[in-house]
Amino acid sequence: MRQAIVLICLFLSFSNAHAGLGIQHWVTSNGAKVYYVPSPGLPMVDIEVVFNAGGARDGKAPGVAKLTNALLDQGAGALSADQIAVVMDDVGAQMGNSSLRDMAIVTLRSLTDPDYLKPALKVYADVIQAPTFPVADFKRIKQQMLLIVEKAKESPASIASKAFYKAVYGDHPYGQPAGGTEASLTAITQEQVKAFYQQYYVANNALVAIVGDVDRAQAESIAETVTAKLAKGKAADKLPEAKPLTEAKTIHIDFQSSQSTIVMGQVGMHRQEPDYLPLYIGNHSLGGSGLVAILAEEIREKRGLSYSTYSYFSPMAEKGPFISSLQTKNDQVPEASKVLSETIAKYIETGPTAEQMSASVNNITGGFALRVDSNAKILQYLAMIGFYNMPLDYVDTFITRARAVTHSQIKAALKKHLNPNAMVMVVVGKAAK
Amino acid sequence: MKRILSLVCLFGLSLPAVVQASKAQEFTLTNGLKLIVKEDHRAPVVVTQVWYKVGSSYEHLGVTGVSHVLEHMMFKGTQQFKPGEFSRIISEQGGQENAFTGQDYTGYYQKLESSRVETSFKMEADRMHNLVLLEDEFKKEVEVVKEERRMRTDDKPTRKTAEIFHAAAFRYSPYSAPIIGWMNDLDNMRLSDLANWYKLWYAPNNATIVVVGDVNTAFIVYLAKKYFGAIPRVDMPPLKPIHEPEQLGVKRLEVKLPAKVPYMIMGYKVPVINTADIEWEPYALEVLINVLDGGNSSRFSKTLIREKSIAASISTSYSASERLDTLLTFSAVPTKNHTIADVEHALRGQIELMKTTLVTPAELNRVKAQVMADTIYQQDSGFYQAMQMGSLETTGVGWRLLDSYVDKLKAVTAEQVQTVAKKYLIDKGLTIAELKPQPMTKNTQLPARLSTGRH
Repeated sequence: MRQAIVLICLFLSFSNAHAGLGIQHWVTSNGAKVYYVPSPGLPMVDIEVVFNAGGARDGKAPGVAKLTNALLDQGAGALSADQIAVVMDDVGAQMGNSSLRDMAIVTLRSLTDPDYLKPALKVYADVIQAPTFPVADFKRIKQQMLLIVEKAKESPASIASKAFYKAVYGDHPYGQPAGGTEASLTAITQEQVKAFYQQYYVANNALVAIVGDVDRAQAESIAETVTAKLAKGKAADKLPEAKPLTEAKTIHIDFQSSQSTIVMGQVGMHRQEPDYLPLYIGNHSLGGSGLVAILAEEIREKRGLSYSTYSYFSPMAEKGPFISSLQTKNDQVPEASKVLSETIAKYIETGPTAEQMSASVNNITGGFALRVDSNAKILQYLAMIGFYNMPLDYVDTFITRARAVTHSQIKAALKKHLNPNAMVMVVVGKAAK
Repeated sequence: MKRILSLVCLFGLSLPAVVQASKAQEFTLTNGLKLIVKEDHRAPVVVTQVWYKVGSSYEHLGVTGVSHVLEHMMFKGTQQFKPGEFSRIISEQGGQENAFTGQDYTGYYQKLESSRVETSFKMEADRMHNLVLLEDEFKKEVEVVKEERRMRTDDKPTRKTAEIFHAAAFRYSPYSAPIIGWMNDLDNMRLSDLANWYKLWYAPNNATIVVVGDVNTAFIVYLAKKYFGAIPRVDMPPLKPIHEPEQLGVKRLEVKLPAKVPYMIMGYKVPVINTADIEWEPYALEVLINVLDGGNSSRFSKTLIREKSIAASISTSYSASERLDTLLTFSAVPTKNHTIADVEHALRGQIELMKTTLVTPAELNRVKAQVMADTIYQQDSGFYQAMQMGSLETTGVGWRLLDSYVDKLKAVTAEQVQTVAKKYLIDKGLTIAELKPQPMTKNTQLPARLSTGRH
């Protein structure tokens, strides 16, 4: 296929929106925030509960957040992992969990027919509110995570990403590997997992997003069912500030591969950044618009150096990274890294041309309907809006706000937030000597 | 391109499933172009896909990968548009676009706000018969494809093992070759290979357009006639039948690569809907793989992963909607305390059980409930619905299977599952490949070199 670039970028840099999503918002009796959009048409519902309990909360035990999240459905209430699986599969429900740097997520997709929804919802509620962390499952999941850590050592992309975050963030929580390390995982105890759960899986640290063929009363009932038994607790502390580096760093990691992976970037922006839109549009022209982006043009279309090349901002609770990347055969590393860093440096200096900016704005606004064309995508917006305390009409006003951004705002924002003299570049591959 | 493959693998049984296809309508233009339209008014968007009946299974040694390289070159200009213009125009329209190559098809798509659908028709019709293949563009693009191959396969021990496994399992069928092509053939590919391929296969009578979204069917038919109606039909030679010679015993191979974690993949030769002599067999195989590996309650998850902790992960794959006989594969990573031999023994134990003991009514019902629910969930994505219809139509199964698929699965009995297990999951048709990790170079163990300064 042509490129994974477009998909990756869409996924990582949310931005677009639909006029009149009509988000309904309230707080459960227990203090959890709820975001709901009715979506009749298909007899199904998507529910997502998000806790501020991602890898950034690992503290001195990298991997504990992910391990806790992964263990939720391995035993809950009176049920074992086997029994939980049977209940869900019997009604064709799909339960999932994931742990990012900021968010810890538990999802449920179910049919709305009560014969199907009721049993699924009951187990889902237990998984969130009454996980039992059985010792055998704890050991097994921990072993699986250790194996993933080991397997990541086979992958140039994983090695590069890990080194990049460490170099950019240092001791900041975002600098730690969310999947843990061999040493950290080995040391984590069942008690640590339980303590992590008790501290962070609490109502004041939770939000519920609901999209589907349920009415307001049903949505309220669902939100209560999945949060009422949580301890009230308190919201997680604000993360420490992520400070930008003051000088450039280049890191070479020798690796036996036919291709080298290059990752370059620095500390970017957080979700509340007032310059979000100028930076989003600015990056769209640079490396966020697939094959028509400047990086793709310079690296792939003009020179045939790489299959996949892109850049994006990953805004998070604290300042997430600005990342650019490519892969190229080992002996082309000098040329490819030069083109990458020079293209980005020049772009920070000059910004997009008027034509490039207008092409980006046209793509972003003209295609905004695609970003909210399914229940699954709307659910993602609800979680993001809730988690990062963004305005409820964020989606509804997006196009207007995007169109209002000026050329000079973009240029100024790029210069203000990106420093070509303080980029981290990581190269993983066989050094050409 | 491999994205489609993984779709097939990931969704296993759910690939050909009901999308209320009965709401879709089919049309054929006088030049043979097929058009399938499904109106879906949930959101003001439309997906347009153009599918060609050509892919890696149409290729022969020496030009493996040509379908995929041609797919890349389809963005490199026509008589009317310069290289890259296609993507720029779609992007200006707010669109998302991409393309994919599989074993049995090459496809192109755009997703647009629905009032802009005409752009897709105009641009796709143009490149169906006005492509200009330029030597300079080709030279760069084939290097891009080689980088793609390095990224997807050469530097990924498990993917490389799977590639070698497929090449060993089939000694004649074109499914032995990787979709992206062997590096040797990419190194020696010529512009004339692409020109011949384009001339041979890119014609309205070898294509299907699928449109799903907030559109009016009559208007889409009008657009199809307006833009594609005048493109001439091309006579193509009838496809010759392809039958893999009978395998006569277990094939075993080891793959030694620098890696950290062992891995194995085993596969049995099985029929598909297109080739099955007995109509229900592919559906029985789909039920079988779901009893073994569909959902967290499946036998593999319950017994091999949780109870015995022999495997850290298992993945099962079978697609009933391919063009030719295929493989039903199981791949697995052992847990730290177990070997590849343990995993193979455990998997084969589970397979034997399918032959000796009938699956339970509870298991059968569970599979059917999952399939039914999936058919609803899949309708949340217009793109996925279009993918299902397009792939079924292009592989020769026909998109209308979507109407009867659930019923066919529901009709599968425990005895039929046992029958296909006994008939196909046998040593005679089995290939097993094992990745034996070799030490990675000593350099990787050294701390990273750090240098500071401007680059």
